[in-house]
Amino acid sequence: MTRTKVEGDDLRVRQLKAQQLLRGELEGEDLEREVEQRLLFTKLETAQNWARKNALFPLGFGLACCAIEMITVIASPRNDLSRFGAEVIRFSPRQADLLILSGRVSIKMAPIIRRLYEQMLEPKWVIAMGACSSSAGMFNNYAVVQGADKFLPVDIYVPGCPPRPEALIYGIMKLQDQIMGDPAMGWRERYRAEGTEEPAGGVEELA
Amino acid sequence: MDATGLELIAQRVRESVGQDAVADTIFYRGRATLDVAPRSVHDVIAYLRDGDEEPWERLMSVHGVDYLPEEPRLGVHYELLSMERADRLNVRTRVTVDDPRLPTVVDLHATADFQEREVFDMFGVVFEGHPDMRRILMPEDYEGFPQRRDFPMGGEPVIYTFNEPKLPRWYD
Repeated sequence: MTRTKVEGDDLRVRQLKAQQLLRGELEGEDLEREVEQRLLFTKLETAQNWARKNALFPLGFGLACCAIEMITVIASPRNDLSRFGAEVIRFSPRQADLLILSGRVSIKMAPIIRRLYEQMLEPKWVIAMGACSSSAGMFNNYAVVQGADKFLPVDIYVPGCPPRPEALIYGIMKLQDQIMGDPAMGWRERYRAEGTEEPAGGVEELA
Repeated sequence: MDATGLELIAQRVRESVGQDAVADTIFYRGRATLDVAPRSVHDVIAYLRDGDEEPWERLMSVHGVDYLPEEPRLGVHYELLSMERADRLNVRTRVTVDDPRLPTVVDLHATADFQEREVFDMFGVVFEGHPDMRRILMPEDYEGFPQRRDFPMGGEPVIYTFNEPKLPRWYD
């Protein structure tokens, strides 16, 4: 969309044209030109994705040292994630749709994270923030999951130890680009997880 | 405390708990250590807390150690503190891997509860009489004792240029 500057008399003329358009008084070439200028056509999916990408609700969830950077990104005016429409943290997975894995994932924590992920609203996305949740980083040992993608579909990997806030913001913007393309990303097919969807009618539908 | 004081403590412990209770005394770099037979750990710590003329009323920490080439392999260290004299005393004992059992000291020092659970979790030393002998750090269904030195490191092999040919089809 381009924005044109309209001044004074010109604005008055345009307002009158708009009135005529709404009343149905315009015809032929006039009508076509007005519609072209004033309306934006798009697909429903695109409009939906556009709304989705600008209203991400991250889950308020920190794992380790990366969480400090994540909190700085989301809750400080210096980095101000609300510029990109993802600043509303929800502390319940039922109200969130973005999981930022900020830190190392221990094998004791992995089932809990998986459960949180399954409780989140669909469509949902995961960002593996930092070296540890992407690949276990320096924790190549018995206690840490060797990369969060062992048990979760991860959409974006942000490198760094920890990543700078700018890096995480860049990751979130990359995720927004992905969402504009295809929100589902086909993760159920990739992870053979068909049939685990929450029924639209709630628990009663299962019974 | 000095080496002489340690010998005096060891002598008093031997007199009241039993001649074979203290196997050895080590005084190294200002740290005094009593080497204690595994079955008399509880009695020695009870005597040091209540019976001795210089009481050691606080248990600061319980550690596990694995001395792999040596036998008996597993060691448990108790670190005692006297707030009054601002002094520390280590009590240590060794158990074998085949029979890693020790009496608990939870009834004497409540802080030993979690610490003995951690030693059990990491080294597999079972503290008999402990009220809740479960794993504390690792998942409950975890198998093995990860801090033993013969436990595999876990994780995944790291690919470097030199070992890439040795790990065939690592990219699968």
